[in-house]
Amino acid sequence: MSGLLLIEQSLNGLQFGLMLFLLAAGLTLVFGIMDMINLAHGSMYMVGAFVAAWLVELTGSFVIGVILAVPLTGLFGMAMESTLLRTLYARDHLSQVLATFALILILNESVRMIWGSDLPMSAPAALAGPVELMPGLSYPAYRLLIIAVGLLLALALYVLVARTRIGALVRAGASNREMAMTMGVNIARLFTAVFGVGAALCAVAGALLGPLFAVQVGMGESILILAFVVIVIGGIGSVRGALVGSLLVGMVDTLGRTVMPHLFREFLPPQMASAAGPAVASVIVYLLMAVVLFVKPEGLFPARG
Amino acid sequence: MSVRHSFRLRSLTAACAAAGLAGLWGLAPAQAADKVKVGFVSTLSGPSAGLGVDIRDGFLLATKLSGGKLGGLPAEVIVSDDQFKPDVGKQLFEKNIKRDKVDFMTGVVFSNIMLASVPEAFSSKTFYISPNAAPSNLAGKECNPFFFAVSWPNDAYHEAAGAHATRKGYKNAYLLAPNYQAGKDSLAGFKRHFKGKIGAEVYTKLGQLDYSAELAEIRAAKPEVLYVFLPGGMGINFIKQFVGAGLSKDTTLLVPGFGSDQDIIRPVGDSMLGLFDAAHWALDLDNAANKKFVAEFEKEYKRLPSLFASQGYDAALLIDAAVRDLKGRLDDKDAVRKALRTAKFASVRGDFKFNSNHYPIQNYYLRVVGKDGQGRLVNKTLGEPIFRNHGDAYVQDCSMK
Amino acid sequence: MTMAAPRPLALNTFAAGLALALAIAFPFAMQALQAEFYISVASRIGIYAIAATSLNLLLGYGGLVSFGHAAFFGIGAYCVGVPIAEGFANGWLGFALAMAVAGAAALAIGAISLRTRGVYFIMITLAFAQMLYYLANSIKAYGGDEGLNITSRSDFGFGLDLKDDTTFYFVVLVVLAAVLTGLRRLVSSRFGRAIQAIRDDDVRAESIGYPTFRFKLLLFVIAGAIGGLAGALMVNQQNYVNPSLLYWTQSGTLMIMVILGGVGTVWGGLIGAAALLILEETLSAYTVHWQFYVGWILLLVVLFAPRGLAGLMARRRPLP
Repeated sequence: MSGLLLIEQSLNGLQFGLMLFLLAAGLTLVFGIMDMINLAHGSMYMVGAFVAAWLVELTGSFVIGVILAVPLTGLFGMAMESTLLRTLYARDHLSQVLATFALILILNESVRMIWGSDLPMSAPAALAGPVELMPGLSYPAYRLLIIAVGLLLALALYVLVARTRIGALVRAGASNREMAMTMGVNIARLFTAVFGVGAALCAVAGALLGPLFAVQVGMGESILILAFVVIVIGGIGSVRGALVGSLLVGMVDTLGRTVMPHLFREFLPPQMASAAGPAVASVIVYLLMAVVLFVKPEGLFPARG
Repeated sequence: MSVRHSFRLRSLTAACAAAGLAGLWGLAPAQAADKVKVGFVSTLSGPSAGLGVDIRDGFLLATKLSGGKLGGLPAEVIVSDDQFKPDVGKQLFEKNIKRDKVDFMTGVVFSNIMLASVPEAFSSKTFYISPNAAPSNLAGKECNPFFFAVSWPNDAYHEAAGAHATRKGYKNAYLLAPNYQAGKDSLAGFKRHFKGKIGAEVYTKLGQLDYSAELAEIRAAKPEVLYVFLPGGMGINFIKQFVGAGLSKDTTLLVPGFGSDQDIIRPVGDSMLGLFDAAHWALDLDNAANKKFVAEFEKEYKRLPSLFASQGYDAALLIDAAVRDLKGRLDDKDAVRKALRTAKFASVRGDFKFNSNHYPIQNYYLRVVGKDGQGRLVNKTLGEPIFRNHGDAYVQDCSMK
Repeated sequence: MTMAAPRPLALNTFAAGLALALAIAFPFAMQALQAEFYISVASRIGIYAIAATSLNLLLGYGGLVSFGHAAFFGIGAYCVGVPIAEGFANGWLGFALAMAVAGAAALAIGAISLRTRGVYFIMITLAFAQMLYYLANSIKAYGGDEGLNITSRSDFGFGLDLKDDTTFYFVVLVVLAAVLTGLRRLVSSRFGRAIQAIRDDDVRAESIGYPTFRFKLLLFVIAGAIGGLAGALMVNQQNYVNPSLLYWTQSGTLMIMVILGGVGTVWGGLIGAAALLILEETLSAYTVHWQFYVGWILLLVVLFAPRGLAGLMARRRPLP
């Protein structure tokens, strides 16, 4: 594999990993602080994408559409939290799994009733072409935007969580919720805020990935499971863990689509080599998750104690 | 009341509720023999819905133009969405055949869904008229008397493209297709008629929408010509990302008609100009049936038809011609088969003939994406047909004669 | 002495007898009404009932929230489907293989997973199921994600033609009845009561002297094997097997059936499977958005009727 190819594939892995991080960050905080398994998190990603695609169509501007979609989805997330999800905090994990699974069904069909089963979404024309990063390596401008936004948000989250008072409250809640409550933290409002931020981050990912993937009902389901893998590996409740986990999973997935089929093509017919590559990459990802759960269940960067 | 007694009461109530539900299902009455029932199962949602919607619209247009009838009998077309899932398609086939007792099944876009579903039709002796998927296994050893392909053999467009690439003098090709039966057929077809070297043969996951990894590989390989079979939403995304990665400047892209027709032209736009492809049909084919079809389709649906729509239209015309010849005798399966084999109808593609394996023998044309008189992007036929009266490579393995 | 689950309904033989009589009469009624299609619908319900019951054994009686149960369902299906595709259609051997391999997989997965607790257990069972899902996807020789068409059904001899819908229905009915009877016997046996004690308070159970890990593992294996049996029936019903049988949403569907029907009750799996599939069949005739209504029903059940439909049917037990 040539150097330029390696750089380009690394950029692809980075791009995928950063978007996965946006989902995982919100999920890990909700899981870590509220101790709630929220399967409907992927639905926030879907709602964000649909709202963005719809607003882009409505306003004719990609930037306005995406920027408006983010707080709207955040507000929707907060509304859902303060009405429905709040009742699940005290319940056992099985009830949470089932109730949020039911929410997936409800949200999928609600979106379908409002907008239909899919919406078209195009990248802004200005970013439809490539950028020459170095001689021989052109990279799509739009994906560079995604990487830039992802890095910016990762930095912003780091500053928020590690350097601000709110971040301290969040970390306190993640590491020991009961203690935080006895210390006088308004847990209810903190929870709602965390949920809203999580939903907003999902919306950023959904809106940015909309032009690359397809804005369609059910788009959250496959990425949701990956987000769970990431937060388990990284450590439930840890944003830093979510970042490391996402980048790891992003790289393995990209390698699985390219390096592994190359390898397999040496001794397997092309159809089988092409099928085996990504499948083996996925198996590796889940194997990693199982190993972490068995050996160090708190994850690579434990948030608790 | 003892526990046992009250429970008995509740169980009986539950049983009555179940019986009431049975009523809600509206258990079907006995089959009426004075109309034609067609089960239409296709992909009507998701990124590749454009194909299913086009086939459906073409089929329903033909039915409408003959007064809601097929072969002189009132037609009932039951349309359902397979959601791009083989198990859903299979269940819909079962429902249409066993519950609705249809006379014909049709509609499926994708080969994997079709292959999972047609066994239901075959085992119940129901005819399946394929307006799209026509895989190689059903053309050869596994050919079936209840299967009729009104579209083309899966390999055909790709064979034509391969022949064209050879004539253009390309020495080296990089191939890409989705990893399912039709994908396998496509690259096999291309290789059969391409005399140059194959640089790489890559299969992507069916339904995959992000091609960043594959495009990076293509850039590194620097192929002379890139042949890509990606229908529907896959094709839309690939071409957008191909252009976005800057590859459209240095790499020659060649596609089968599936990769460049109206469903892809509409979302992608002008970057498609100049793209070459091979197909059995185009908007500008010069025959009366086609002119009527294109005009009526545009009038009814306010958009230009794709080759998928033309196939749906022809499927309805085939059923119409066969039922007309049968004069209502839809129960005699051998008669139906004979009628389908010998049906005479004015296909929008020009001459139409079935091979002994129920796959078409027809011409294939070179097309290029350009602008029509009204500035719209369309595929125009170019030069002489690549193949005339071309069948398929598997017919000799079929035991039907 | 169990504290959480309602008294097993199956003690009521009248209900069981009535249900059995209706079930036996059903296919003939459908034939008379020219609605044979519903016989295969009923078979599907029966198969899911078996799968959901096996999950209920884990979930309700064992208190083990396994999010990867679909894996055993899928393994069972492939263990029968692949041999048939290769020419070995013997039903007895095929079904035995399905149960054995599913049970073995459960042994391996359980041995590792049961060493974790709480949410980690949920996640690790999910991880293993997903691994098997991707493994099934990778084996293109047996279809991969395109799935595998099976041209004939399992052959059990005695002139039993499983291709006939009514015959197949009765096979499913026999297996379902056996599974339900077996479950009732199991939960009232010493092992069953020990398992429920472990579920309620496993520290206390361990201090009493129960080998908690081994008992939980045994339960896991039994549940896995029955799940595999359901899968073996499923591949016969569909004449098709594909990896989606192992996907996490399939595990979710089984969990929904268990909660709808009643966690920790003998009839829960059957009631839940029947309720969900009948809801789907009925609602989808009226609206394409039927999942919306199912979602709300499920949500309401989780929030307000956590013991499910069977819980509603049972007499309320006064808490001691």
